[in-house]
Amino acid sequence: MNSPVYIMWLRQIKRYWRSKPRIIGSLAQPLLFLVALGFGFGPIFEKAGGGNYLEFLAPGIIAMTVLSSSLFNGIEIIWDRQFGFLKETLVSPVPRYKIILGRILGGATVATIQGIIVLLISLIIGFKPTSIFMIPLAIFFMFLISIFFAGVGTSIASKLEDMQGFQLIVNFIFMPLFFLSGALFPLSDLPSLLNQVVKLNPLTYGVDGLRLSLTNISHLNLISDFFVLFICSIIVVFIGAYLFSKTEV
Amino acid sequence: MIEVENLVKKFEDITAVDNISFDVKEGEIFAFLGPNGAGKTTTIKMLTTLLVPTSGKIKINGFSAETKKEEVRHSFGIVFQDESLDEELTAYENMEFHAVLYGIKKELRKRRIEELLKLVELWERKDDLVKHFSGGMKRRLEIARGLVHHPRVLFLDEPTLGLDPQTRNFLWEYIKKLNKKENMTVFLTTHYMEEADKIADKIAIIDKGKIVIIGTSKEIKKKTNSDSLEKAFLKLTGKPIREESATSLDHMRLRKRFFGSRR
Ligand SMILES: Nc1ncnc2c1ncn2[C@@H]1O[C@H](COP(=O)(O)OP(=O)(O)OP(=O)(O)O)[C@@H](O)[C@H]1O
Ligand SMILES: [Mg+2]
Repeated sequence: MNSPVYIMWLRQIKRYWRSKPRIIGSLAQPLLFLVALGFGFGPIFEKAGGGNYLEFLAPGIIAMTVLSSSLFNGIEIIWDRQFGFLKETLVSPVPRYKIILGRILGGATVATIQGIIVLLISLIIGFKPTSIFMIPLAIFFMFLISIFFAGVGTSIASKLEDMQGFQLIVNFIFMPLFFLSGALFPLSDLPSLLNQVVKLNPLTYGVDGLRLSLTNISHLNLISDFFVLFICSIIVVFIGAYLFSKTEV
Repeated sequence: MIEVENLVKKFEDITAVDNISFDVKEGEIFAFLGPNGAGKTTTIKMLTTLLVPTSGKIKINGFSAETKKEEVRHSFGIVFQDESLDEELTAYENMEFHAVLYGIKKELRKRRIEELLKLVELWERKDDLVKHFSGGMKRRLEIARGLVHHPRVLFLDEPTLGLDPQTRNFLWEYIKKLNKKENMTVFLTTHYMEEADKIADKIAIIDKGKIVIIGTSKEIKKKTNSDSLEKAFLKLTGKPIREESATSLDHMRLRKRFFGSRR
């Protein structure tokens, strides 16, 4: 292959694959959530008539994994800036949008792999998807979520020079994105204000799409899940490309 | 090959490059000398499209650095003052990455990478991660990388910083050979006056963002009545040490270059 987008993508995959401690470290949190919440809240959730909580929770935790992995992936730009490698890509005759596209696709692929690993872990713990034939659709939704949030992370990182600043901002937006997405609780009986906030969160559609493909439970519908994420992703990729094109070293 | 007219770069409160103009002819080796913080790296960053000038005109290989960025980027290769390799990749992968960005087809790519890695004596180590390389090895790799796409102009920002005499000699000899064989233009900065004296066809000395003199080494020595370039340099730029040299980021990377990296 001879494409700059591909080689940017490949670089991220290689870097990911070579940092085993990072892979393992980033799986600790989802595992903890699955076990602690899944088994801890399980009995109450069932008593309240919500059904099996692990079935409900697993897609949410997969979404959380994908969200944090893709969002934090933006830090690689700052990393590259600090270690000087960014200059190497910026002096090259490759259009900026291709560089950023390669990065976003690379970050999204890594996040999706993380999501698949958490899916496997949850299967081991006892999560049972309705149909294994729907798993490709679930992976597709993981990828859509990843593209969008890798785009968001990359856009933020294009404007920042230091890692602390990036981590601060991303942590700040991570919590509300995660908690107000329906990852942890059903959206059916929310107070109306909360309901509206949740509907503004792109992750909500990702979680819904994931849950629909894995457990056939949904509050929205597949088509709107897909289109909201798809359109948001396209917009954010453009924003990222624009912001990155203004980068100086 | 390089045409610069009234180039200015201001950062918030300082003028790093203050209205400089010069020409470098095709096939020339041009040394850009000056004390720490004089504005050398800033100039190179503007010439290589990494920084947008506050004002002034730049042409590389006949293309305007403002409007024909892509053509300009195709025309030059660069070895940066501070590190610019991906340490998590191998030597070969760094070369390959570069070659793909410059659109070099697979067959040619393989041939050139092998040729260059052998030349800088890194072929045996091609599959080692760069983070396990010594400073000199990284430098050699960066130089090989800058040449993969056969640039018409090569920018070298203190390429011999932290290298042993053997590697320095080797490097300059190779640069000279390329310059003769391919008629490649070379724009370099260094703090080693003897090096500049030996290799450069033309020298410019810059201080506090302004070019104070430009000419051949002979002319400069004659004008300043000095018997060495170093003396001429000190006469022109004064004795006091420059307090500030680079941005904090540059400093961090430079430290890393000297003391090795730990991640
Ligand atoms: N991004 C930046 N923001 C603010 N000031 C900067 C920036 N980059 C460089 N400077 C300042 O511009 C001046 C020129 O710096 P430059 O790096 O061009 O010097 P130099 O000639 O390359 O020095 P050295 O020999 O130490 O490498 C310095 O005062 C430096 O602090
Ligand atoms: Mg410098």
